[in-house]
Amino acid sequence: MVTGYGAVTPLGHSVEETWAAMLAGRSGIDTVDAIDVTGLEVRIGGQVRGFTPGRYMPRTVSRRADPCAQYALAAALEACAHAGLVVDERLAPRVAVVIGSGYGPVGSIYRAADTLRDRGPRAISPFAQVTTAMDSAAGEISMRLGAQGPSRAQSTACASGADALGAAMRMIAYGEADVVLAGGADACVTAVDLAGSGNARALSRRNDDPTGACRPFDARRDGFVMSEGAAVLVLEAAETAEGRGAAALAELVGYGASSDAHHWTAPHPEGRGARLAVEAALRDAGITGAEVDYVNAHGTGTLLNDATETAVLRTVLGDRVTRIPVSSTKSMTGHMIGAAGAVELVASILALRTGDVPPTINCEEPIDPDINFVPHRAQRHERLRTALSNSFGFGGHNAALVVRAV
Amino acid sequence: MPHATDILSAVTEIVEEVTGLDPAEVTAEKSFTEDLDIDSLSMVEITVAIEDRFGVRIPDDRVPELRTVGDLVDHLADHRGAGRP
Repeated sequence: MVTGYGAVTPLGHSVEETWAAMLAGRSGIDTVDAIDVTGLEVRIGGQVRGFTPGRYMPRTVSRRADPCAQYALAAALEACAHAGLVVDERLAPRVAVVIGSGYGPVGSIYRAADTLRDRGPRAISPFAQVTTAMDSAAGEISMRLGAQGPSRAQSTACASGADALGAAMRMIAYGEADVVLAGGADACVTAVDLAGSGNARALSRRNDDPTGACRPFDARRDGFVMSEGAAVLVLEAAETAEGRGAAALAELVGYGASSDAHHWTAPHPEGRGARLAVEAALRDAGITGAEVDYVNAHGTGTLLNDATETAVLRTVLGDRVTRIPVSSTKSMTGHMIGAAGAVELVASILALRTGDVPPTINCEEPIDPDINFVPHRAQRHERLRTALSNSFGFGGHNAALVVRAV
Repeated sequence: MPHATDILSAVTEIVEEVTGLDPAEVTAEKSFTEDLDIDSLSMVEITVAIEDRFGVRIPDDRVPELRTVGDLVDHLADHRGAGRP
Protein backbone atom coordinates (compact mmCIF):
# COMPACT_ATOMS: atom_id res chain seq x y z
CA MET A 1 0.00 0.00 0.00
CA VAL A 2 1.11 3.54 -0.66
CA THR A 3 0.37 5.69 2.39
CA GLY A 4 2.36 8.84 1.71
CA TYR A 5 4.58 10.69 -0.71
CA GLY A 6 6.81 13.70 -1.01
CA ALA A 7 8.62 15.41 -3.88
CA VAL A 8 11.11 18.12 -4.73
CA THR A 9 11.04 18.99 -8.43
CA PRO A 10 11.64 21.88 -10.82
CA LEU A 11 7.89 22.50 -10.41
CA GLY A 12 7.90 22.88 -6.62
CA HIS A 13 9.19 21.75 -3.26
CA SER A 14 6.25 19.47 -2.45
CA VAL A 15 3.83 17.08 -4.12
CA GLU A 16 1.08 19.69 -3.81
CA GLU A 17 3.08 22.37 -5.66
CA THR A 18 4.34 19.91 -8.26
CA TRP A 19 0.89 18.50 -8.95
CA ALA A 20 -0.72 21.95 -9.19
CA ALA A 21 1.92 22.98 -11.75
CA MET A 22 1.39 19.77 -13.74
CA LEU A 23 -2.37 20.28 -13.91
CA ALA A 24 -1.79 23.88 -14.98
CA GLY A 25 0.52 22.65 -17.76
CA ARG A 26 3.38 24.76 -16.46
CA SER A 27 6.97 24.01 -17.47
CA GLY A 28 9.82 23.91 -14.95
CA ILE A 29 12.46 24.11 -17.67
CA ASP A 30 14.56 27.21 -18.05
CA THR A 31 18.01 28.47 -18.98
CA VAL A 32 20.47 26.87 -16.55
CA ASP A 33 21.93 29.51 -14.23
CA ALA A 34 23.11 27.56 -11.18
CA ILE A 35 26.28 26.58 -13.02
CA ASP A 36 28.45 28.18 -15.69
CA VAL A 37 27.13 26.97 -19.05
CA THR A 38 29.51 29.00 -21.20
CA GLY A 39 30.56 27.00 -24.22
CA LEU A 40 27.99 24.24 -23.74
CA GLU A 41 25.80 23.32 -26.69
CA VAL A 42 22.93 22.58 -24.32
CA ARG A 43 22.20 25.37 -21.83
CA ILE A 44 18.68 24.47 -20.66
CA GLY A 45 17.50 22.24 -17.86
CA GLY A 46 15.02 21.71 -15.06
CA GLN A 47 16.56 23.12 -11.89
CA VAL A 48 15.14 22.92 -8.39
CA ARG A 49 14.95 26.61 -7.54
CA GLY A 50 14.93 28.32 -4.15
CA PHE A 51 15.54 25.13 -2.18
CA THR A 52 16.60 25.95 1.40
CA PRO A 53 18.32 22.92 2.99
CA GLY A 54 18.07 24.54 6.44
CA ARG A 55 14.30 24.03 6.37
CA TYR A 56 14.82 20.27 6.37
CA MET A 57 18.16 19.44 7.98
CA PRO A 58 20.87 20.80 10.26
CA ARG A 59 24.01 22.38 8.89
CA THR A 60 26.15 19.29 9.61
CA VAL A 61 23.92 17.28 7.25
CA SER A 62 23.53 19.85 4.48
CA ARG A 63 27.32 20.32 4.37
CA ARG A 64 28.01 16.66 3.79
CA ALA A 65 24.97 15.91 1.59
CA ASP A 66 24.98 16.50 -2.16
CA PRO A 67 21.83 18.22 -3.47
CA CYS A 68 20.49 14.84 -4.65
CA ALA A 69 20.60 13.51 -1.07
CA GLN A 70 19.17 16.78 0.26
CA TYR A 71 16.21 16.57 -2.13
CA ALA A 72 15.67 12.92 -1.20
CA LEU A 73 15.73 13.69 2.53
CA ALA A 74 13.27 16.58 2.09
CA ALA A 75 10.96 14.34 0.03
CA ALA A 76 11.22 11.54 2.60
CA LEU A 77 10.29 13.89 5.45
CA GLU A 78 7.28 15.12 3.46
CA ALA A 79 6.27 11.51 2.73
CA CYS A 80 6.51 10.53 6.42
CA ALA A 81 4.45 13.54 7.48
CA HIS A 82 1.90 12.72 4.78
CA ALA A 83 1.70 9.09 5.91
CA GLY A 84 1.64 10.05 9.59
CA LEU A 85 4.55 7.66 9.96
CA VAL A 86 6.51 7.73 13.19
CA VAL A 87 9.44 5.32 13.28
CA ASP A 88 9.39 4.25 16.91
CA GLU A 89 11.60 1.68 18.60
CA ARG A 90 9.23 -1.18 17.82
CA LEU A 91 8.80 -0.35 14.13
CA ALA A 92 12.41 0.74 13.42
CA PRO A 93 13.90 -2.70 12.55
CA ARG A 94 11.05 -3.24 10.07
CA VAL A 95 11.54 0.07 8.19
CA ALA A 96 13.75 -0.02 5.08
CA VAL A 97 14.98 2.67 2.69
CA VAL A 98 15.62 2.16 -1.04
CA ILE A 99 16.54 5.24 -3.08
CA GLY A 100 17.22 4.99 -6.78
CA SER A 101 19.70 7.29 -8.49
CA GLY A 102 21.00 7.15 -12.00
CA TYR A 103 24.17 9.12 -11.44
CA GLY A 104 24.28 9.92 -7.73
CA PRO A 105 26.07 12.90 -6.18
CA VAL A 106 27.95 13.75 -9.39
CA GLY A 107 28.32 17.48 -8.67
CA SER A 108 30.12 16.68 -5.42
CA ILE A 109 32.34 14.11 -7.15
CA TYR A 110 33.45 16.62 -9.77
CA ARG A 111 34.07 19.29 -7.11
CA ALA A 112 36.13 16.90 -4.96
CA ALA A 113 38.36 16.13 -7.95
CA ASP A 114 38.81 19.87 -8.57
CA THR A 115 39.69 20.42 -4.89
CA LEU A 116 42.27 17.62 -4.97
CA ARG A 117 43.89 19.11 -8.06
CA ASP A 118 43.80 22.72 -6.85
CA ARG A 119 44.37 22.43 -3.09
CA GLY A 120 45.81 18.96 -2.48
CA PRO A 121 44.70 15.98 -0.36
CA ARG A 122 44.61 17.87 2.97
CA ALA A 123 41.67 19.92 1.65
CA ILE A 124 39.52 16.87 0.92
CA SER A 125 36.75 16.65 3.50
CA PRO A 126 36.71 13.56 5.73
CA PHE A 127 33.10 13.28 4.56
CA ALA A 128 34.11 13.10 0.88
CA GLN A 129 33.55 9.35 0.74
CA VAL A 130 30.09 9.78 2.21
CA THR A 131 29.15 12.82 0.18
CA THR A 132 30.15 11.26 -3.14
CA ALA A 133 28.61 7.83 -2.50
CA MET A 134 25.64 6.47 -4.41
CA ASP A 135 23.99 5.38 -1.15
CA SER A 136 24.26 8.80 0.53
CA ALA A 137 20.57 9.62 0.04
CA ALA A 138 19.43 6.30 1.54
CA GLY A 139 21.93 6.67 4.40
CA GLU A 140 20.83 10.20 5.31
CA ILE A 141 17.17 9.14 5.34
CA SER A 142 17.86 6.05 7.43
CA MET A 143 19.88 8.05 9.97
CA ARG A 144 17.37 10.88 10.20
CA LEU A 145 14.39 8.56 10.71
CA GLY A 146 16.16 5.91 12.74
CA ALA A 147 15.08 3.30 10.19
CA GLN A 148 17.00 0.10 10.97
CA GLY A 149 15.87 -2.16 8.15
CA PRO A 150 18.06 -2.47 5.04
CA SER A 151 18.93 0.86 3.42
CA ARG A 152 20.46 0.93 -0.02
CA ALA A 153 20.83 2.58 -3.39
CA GLN A 154 19.44 1.23 -6.61
CA SER A 155 21.08 2.34 -9.83
CA THR A 156 19.68 1.66 -13.28
CA ALA A 157 19.96 5.06 -14.99
CA CYS A 158 16.56 6.54 -15.84
CA ALA A 159 14.77 3.45 -14.51
CA SER A 160 16.32 3.78 -11.02
CA GLY A 161 13.31 5.33 -9.29
CA ALA A 162 10.87 2.78 -10.70
CA ASP A 163 13.25 -0.09 -9.92
CA ALA A 164 13.64 1.18 -6.33
CA LEU A 165 9.85 1.09 -5.93
CA GLY A 166 9.69 -2.37 -7.49
CA ALA A 167 12.43 -3.60 -5.14
CA ALA A 168 10.57 -2.06 -2.19
CA MET A 169 7.38 -3.81 -3.21
CA ARG A 170 9.24 -7.14 -3.29
CA MET A 171 10.83 -6.50 0.14
CA ILE A 172 7.37 -6.10 1.61
CA ALA A 173 5.95 -9.11 -0.27
CA TYR A 174 8.87 -11.26 0.92
CA GLY A 175 8.50 -10.06 4.50
CA GLU A 176 11.92 -8.40 4.65
CA ALA A 177 10.34 -5.13 5.79
CA ASP A 178 6.92 -3.83 6.76
CA VAL A 179 7.51 -0.23 5.67
CA VAL A 180 9.83 0.99 2.91
CA LEU A 181 10.71 4.57 2.11
CA ALA A 182 11.32 4.20 -1.61
CA GLY A 183 11.87 6.53 -4.50
CA GLY A 184 14.56 8.24 -6.49
CA ALA A 185 16.81 11.28 -6.58
CA ASP A 186 19.25 12.86 -8.99
CA ALA A 187 20.98 16.20 -9.36
CA CYS A 188 22.92 15.96 -12.60
CA VAL A 189 22.24 19.34 -14.16
CA THR A 190 26.02 19.72 -14.31
CA ALA A 191 28.32 20.91 -17.08
CA VAL A 192 29.79 17.40 -17.45
CA ASP A 193 26.39 15.75 -17.78
CA LEU A 194 24.97 18.41 -20.10
CA ALA A 195 28.07 18.10 -22.28
CA GLY A 196 28.12 14.29 -22.25
CA SER A 197 24.45 13.65 -22.90
CA GLY A 198 24.53 16.56 -25.33
CA ASN A 199 27.36 14.96 -27.25
CA ALA A 200 25.42 11.70 -27.26
CA ARG A 201 22.75 13.72 -29.09
CA ALA A 202 20.21 12.76 -26.46
CA LEU A 203 19.38 16.33 -25.30
CA SER A 204 17.15 18.94 -26.88
CA ARG A 205 19.08 21.91 -28.25
CA ARG A 206 16.22 24.37 -28.15
CA ASN A 207 18.21 26.79 -26.00
CA ASP A 208 16.09 29.69 -27.21
CA ASP A 209 12.81 28.04 -26.23
CA PRO A 210 13.28 26.27 -22.87
CA THR A 211 9.61 25.70 -22.10
CA GLY A 212 9.03 24.32 -25.60
CA ALA A 213 12.14 22.12 -25.56
CA CYS A 214 10.68 18.91 -24.16
CA ARG A 215 8.09 17.75 -26.72
CA PRO A 216 7.15 14.13 -26.00
CA PHE A 217 5.28 12.39 -28.80
CA ASP A 218 5.44 15.53 -30.96
CA ALA A 219 6.73 15.28 -34.53
CA ARG A 220 9.23 18.10 -33.94
CA ARG A 221 10.84 16.70 -30.75
CA ASP A 222 14.63 16.80 -30.65
CA GLY A 223 15.69 15.24 -27.36
CA PHE A 224 15.12 15.16 -23.61
CA VAL A 225 15.85 17.92 -21.11
CA MET A 226 18.19 17.21 -18.17
CA SER A 227 16.50 17.88 -14.89
CA GLU A 228 16.85 17.26 -11.17
CA GLY A 229 14.72 16.39 -8.16
CA ALA A 230 13.52 13.61 -5.90
CA ALA A 231 10.39 11.78 -4.83
CA VAL A 232 9.94 9.31 -2.00
CA LEU A 233 6.89 7.19 -1.29
CA VAL A 234 5.93 5.32 1.86
CA LEU A 235 5.08 1.74 0.92
CA GLU A 236 3.79 -0.53 3.61
CA ALA A 237 2.21 -3.88 4.20
CA ALA A 238 -1.59 -3.59 4.33
CA GLU A 239 -1.72 -4.92 7.90
CA THR A 240 0.94 -2.44 9.08
CA ALA A 241 -1.01 0.47 7.59
CA GLU A 242 -4.24 -0.84 9.11
CA GLY A 243 -2.56 -1.43 12.45
CA ARG A 244 -1.52 2.20 12.78
CA GLY A 245 -4.73 3.55 11.27
CA ALA A 246 -3.06 4.95 8.14
CA ALA A 247 -5.22 5.44 5.06
CA ALA A 248 -4.03 3.75 1.86
CA LEU A 249 -3.75 6.16 -1.08
CA ALA A 250 -3.24 3.48 -3.75
CA GLU A 251 -1.90 -0.02 -4.13
CA LEU A 252 1.26 -0.83 -6.04
CA VAL A 253 0.24 -4.11 -7.68
CA GLY A 254 2.70 -4.81 -10.49
CA TYR A 255 6.37 -4.44 -11.33
CA GLY A 256 8.38 -5.69 -14.25
CA ALA A 257 11.97 -5.06 -15.30
CA SER A 258 14.16 -6.08 -18.20
CA SER A 259 17.21 -5.17 -20.25
CA ASP A 260 17.45 -4.39 -23.96
CA ALA A 261 20.86 -6.08 -24.27
CA HIS A 262 21.33 -3.89 -27.30
CA HIS A 263 23.01 -0.46 -26.97
CA TRP A 264 24.11 2.01 -24.26
CA THR A 265 22.06 5.02 -25.30
CA ALA A 266 19.65 3.88 -28.03
CA PRO A 267 16.57 1.79 -27.25
CA HIS A 268 16.12 -1.46 -29.13
CA PRO A 269 14.42 -0.47 -32.42
CA GLU A 270 11.40 -2.69 -31.76
CA GLY A 271 11.35 -1.87 -28.06
CA ARG A 272 12.12 -5.49 -27.22
CA GLY A 273 13.18 -4.78 -23.62
CA ALA A 274 10.49 -2.18 -22.96
CA ARG A 275 7.85 -4.65 -24.09
CA LEU A 276 9.20 -7.36 -21.78
CA ALA A 277 9.08 -4.99 -18.80
CA VAL A 278 5.54 -3.78 -19.47
CA GLU A 279 4.28 -7.33 -20.07
CA ALA A 280 5.97 -8.51 -16.87
CA ALA A 281 4.42 -5.68 -14.84
CA LEU A 282 0.93 -6.44 -16.15
CA ARG A 283 1.42 -10.16 -15.49
CA ASP A 284 2.67 -9.37 -11.99
CA ALA A 285 -0.48 -7.31 -11.39
CA GLY A 286 -2.60 -10.16 -12.75
CA ILE A 287 -4.22 -7.99 -15.39
CA THR A 288 -4.26 -7.64 -19.16
CA GLY A 289 -3.58 -4.50 -21.17
CA ALA A 290 -7.35 -4.08 -21.55
CA GLU A 291 -7.57 -3.13 -17.87
CA VAL A 292 -5.15 -0.20 -18.01
CA ASP A 293 -6.95 3.16 -17.70
CA TYR A 294 -4.03 5.59 -17.85
CA VAL A 295 -0.42 5.42 -18.97
CA ASN A 296 2.14 7.81 -17.53
CA ALA A 297 4.62 7.25 -20.33
CA HIS A 298 8.39 7.35 -20.16
CA GLY A 299 7.96 9.92 -22.98
CA THR A 300 11.33 11.64 -22.88
CA GLY A 301 10.98 13.60 -26.10
CA THR A 302 13.82 11.80 -27.87
CA LEU A 303 13.22 10.67 -31.43
CA LEU A 304 13.81 7.01 -30.66
CA ASN A 305 12.14 6.58 -27.27
CA ASP A 306 8.81 8.08 -28.18
CA ALA A 307 8.55 6.09 -31.40
CA THR A 308 9.43 2.75 -29.81
CA GLU A 309 7.37 3.39 -26.68
CA THR A 310 4.31 4.16 -28.78
CA ALA A 311 4.86 0.97 -30.77
CA VAL A 312 5.24 -1.05 -27.55
CA LEU A 313 2.05 0.40 -26.09
CA ARG A 314 0.19 -0.48 -29.28
CA THR A 315 1.52 -4.03 -29.13
CA VAL A 316 0.91 -4.68 -25.44
CA LEU A 317 -2.30 -2.71 -24.88
CA GLY A 318 -3.76 -3.29 -28.37
CA ASP A 319 -6.78 -1.11 -29.24
CA ARG A 320 -7.05 -0.12 -25.61
CA VAL A 321 -4.26 2.42 -26.08
CA THR A 322 -6.47 4.47 -28.42
CA ARG A 323 -9.21 4.74 -25.78
CA ILE A 324 -7.25 5.85 -22.72
CA PRO A 325 -5.15 8.90 -21.85
CA VAL A 326 -1.38 8.51 -22.33
CA SER A 327 0.68 11.46 -21.10
CA SER A 328 4.26 12.43 -20.36
CA THR A 329 4.77 14.72 -17.38
CA LYS A 330 8.43 15.01 -18.44
CA SER A 331 7.13 17.62 -20.89
CA MET A 332 6.89 19.86 -17.80
CA THR A 333 9.43 18.48 -15.30
CA GLY A 334 12.13 17.56 -17.77
CA HIS A 335 13.91 14.26 -17.15
CA MET A 336 14.81 13.96 -13.48
CA ILE A 337 16.68 10.70 -14.28
CA GLY A 338 16.54 8.52 -11.15
CA ALA A 339 13.78 10.65 -9.64
CA ALA A 340 11.59 10.45 -12.74
CA GLY A 341 9.99 7.07 -12.09
CA ALA A 342 9.11 8.01 -8.51
CA VAL A 343 7.68 11.45 -9.37
CA GLU A 344 5.71 9.84 -12.20
CA LEU A 345 4.29 7.15 -9.93
CA VAL A 346 3.08 9.93 -7.62
CA ALA A 347 1.49 11.68 -10.63
CA SER A 348 -0.13 8.38 -11.67
CA ILE A 349 -1.58 7.88 -8.18
CA LEU A 350 -2.92 11.45 -8.10
CA ALA A 351 -4.54 10.91 -11.52
CA LEU A 352 -6.28 7.79 -10.16
CA ARG A 353 -7.36 9.59 -7.00
CA THR A 354 -8.62 12.79 -8.58
CA GLY A 355 -9.63 11.81 -12.13
CA ASP A 356 -7.46 14.67 -13.38
CA VAL A 357 -4.90 13.56 -15.96
CA PRO A 358 -1.84 15.79 -16.33
CA PRO A 359 -1.07 16.90 -19.88
CA THR A 360 1.76 16.42 -22.34
CA ILE A 361 2.62 20.00 -23.13
CA ASN A 362 4.20 20.91 -26.48
CA CYS A 363 2.56 17.89 -28.15
CA GLU A 364 1.33 19.89 -31.13
CA GLU A 365 1.64 17.32 -33.88
CA PRO A 366 1.14 13.87 -32.27
CA ILE A 367 3.22 11.09 -33.81
CA ASP A 368 0.27 8.71 -33.47
CA PRO A 369 -2.96 10.59 -34.15
CA ASP A 370 -5.09 7.74 -32.75
CA ILE A 371 -3.63 8.08 -29.25
CA ASN A 372 -4.86 10.69 -26.76
CA PHE A 373 -1.57 12.13 -25.51
CA VAL A 374 -3.53 14.68 -23.41
CA PRO A 375 -2.00 17.55 -25.38
CA HIS A 376 -1.51 20.96 -23.75
CA ARG A 377 -4.26 20.81 -21.12
CA ALA A 378 -5.16 18.43 -18.29
CA GLN A 379 -8.25 16.30 -18.86
CA ARG A 380 -10.88 14.90 -16.52
CA HIS A 381 -11.55 11.18 -16.83
CA GLU A 382 -14.12 9.12 -14.97
CA ARG A 383 -13.45 5.74 -13.40
CA LEU A 384 -9.69 5.61 -13.58
CA ARG A 385 -8.82 2.43 -11.69
CA THR A 386 -5.43 1.28 -12.93
CA ALA A 387 -2.37 3.16 -14.19
CA LEU A 388 0.83 2.00 -15.87
CA SER A 389 4.01 4.04 -15.35
CA ASN A 390 6.99 3.36 -17.63
CA SER A 391 10.68 4.12 -17.09
CA PHE A 392 13.32 3.15 -19.64
CA GLY A 393 16.96 4.10 -19.32
CA PHE A 394 20.43 4.36 -20.79
CA GLY A 395 22.05 0.95 -20.60
CA GLY A 396 18.82 -0.60 -21.82
CA HIS A 397 17.32 -0.73 -18.31
CA ASN A 398 13.53 -0.97 -18.42
CA ALA A 399 11.03 -0.88 -15.57
CA ALA A 400 7.26 -0.64 -15.46
CA LEU A 401 4.94 -0.22 -12.48
CA VAL A 402 1.21 -0.86 -12.21
CA VAL A 403 -0.71 1.02 -9.55
CA ARG A 404 -4.36 0.63 -8.61
CA ALA A 405 -6.86 2.91 -6.94
CA VAL A 406 -8.13 1.85 -3.50
CA MET B 1 50.49 38.74 17.08
CA PRO B 2 46.69 38.96 16.83
CA HIS B 3 44.60 39.50 19.90
CA ALA B 4 43.04 36.35 21.41
CA THR B 5 39.53 37.71 20.86
CA ASP B 6 40.25 38.05 17.12
CA ILE B 7 41.37 34.43 17.04
CA LEU B 8 38.29 33.39 19.01
CA SER B 9 35.95 35.16 16.62
CA ALA B 10 37.67 33.50 13.63
CA VAL B 11 37.32 30.11 15.33
CA THR B 12 33.64 30.62 16.15
CA GLU B 13 33.02 31.69 12.55
CA ILE B 14 34.61 28.48 11.25
CA VAL B 15 32.73 26.34 13.78
CA GLU B 16 29.49 27.96 12.66
CA GLU B 17 30.35 27.37 9.01
CA VAL B 18 30.98 23.65 9.64
CA THR B 19 28.34 22.84 12.26
CA GLY B 20 25.75 25.62 12.17
CA LEU B 21 26.33 26.30 15.90
CA ASP B 22 25.44 29.80 17.06
CA PRO B 23 28.74 31.69 17.66
CA ALA B 24 27.36 32.83 21.03
CA GLU B 25 27.47 29.20 22.18
CA VAL B 26 31.09 28.71 21.15
CA THR B 27 32.88 30.13 24.15
CA ALA B 28 36.43 29.48 25.40
CA GLU B 29 35.58 27.03 28.18
CA LYS B 30 33.42 24.75 25.97
CA SER B 31 34.69 21.31 25.06
CA PHE B 32 34.30 20.52 21.34
CA THR B 33 33.08 16.97 21.85
CA GLU B 34 31.27 17.05 25.19
CA ASP B 35 29.72 20.53 25.26
CA LEU B 36 29.34 21.31 21.56
CA ASP B 37 28.69 17.70 20.41
CA ILE B 38 31.04 18.00 17.43
CA ASP B 39 32.06 14.59 16.08
CA SER B 40 35.56 13.59 15.03
CA LEU B 41 34.92 14.00 11.30
CA SER B 42 33.53 17.52 11.71
CA MET B 43 36.55 18.25 13.92
CA VAL B 44 38.84 17.37 11.00
CA GLU B 45 36.91 19.81 8.79
CA ILE B 46 37.26 22.54 11.43
CA THR B 47 40.97 21.83 11.82
CA VAL B 48 41.65 22.06 8.09
CA ALA B 49 39.63 25.29 7.77
CA ILE B 50 41.64 26.76 10.67
CA GLU B 51 44.90 25.71 9.05
CA ASP B 52 43.85 27.49 5.85
CA ARG B 53 42.79 30.61 7.70
CA PHE B 54 45.81 30.91 10.01
CA GLY B 55 48.48 29.44 7.76
CA VAL B 56 49.44 26.83 10.34
CA ARG B 57 49.58 23.08 10.35
CA ILE B 58 48.00 21.36 13.35
CA PRO B 59 49.41 17.83 13.54
CA ASP B 60 46.70 15.15 13.78
CA ASP B 61 48.10 13.87 17.10
CA ARG B 62 47.74 17.35 18.62
CA VAL B 63 44.03 17.66 17.76
CA PRO B 64 42.70 15.48 20.65
CA GLU B 65 44.77 17.58 23.09
CA LEU B 66 42.95 20.71 22.00
CA ARG B 67 39.90 19.77 24.05
CA THR B 68 38.23 23.15 24.47
CA VAL B 69 37.73 26.15 22.24
CA GLY B 70 40.13 28.02 24.53
CA ASP B 71 42.82 25.33 24.05
CA LEU B 72 42.61 25.83 20.31
CA VAL B 73 42.72 29.62 20.57
CA ASP B 74 45.81 29.42 22.82
CA HIS B 75 47.51 27.00 20.46
CA LEU B 76 46.87 29.35 17.54
CA ALA B 77 48.13 32.36 19.49
CA ASP B 78 51.36 30.45 20.13
CA HIS B 79 51.82 28.94 16.70
CA ARG B 80 50.30 31.42 14.29
CA GLY B 81 52.25 31.48 11.03
CA ALA B 82 52.30 33.90 8.13
CA GLY B 83 48.57 33.33 7.65
CA ARG B 84 46.35 34.67 4.96
CA PRO B 85 44.72 38.08 5.00
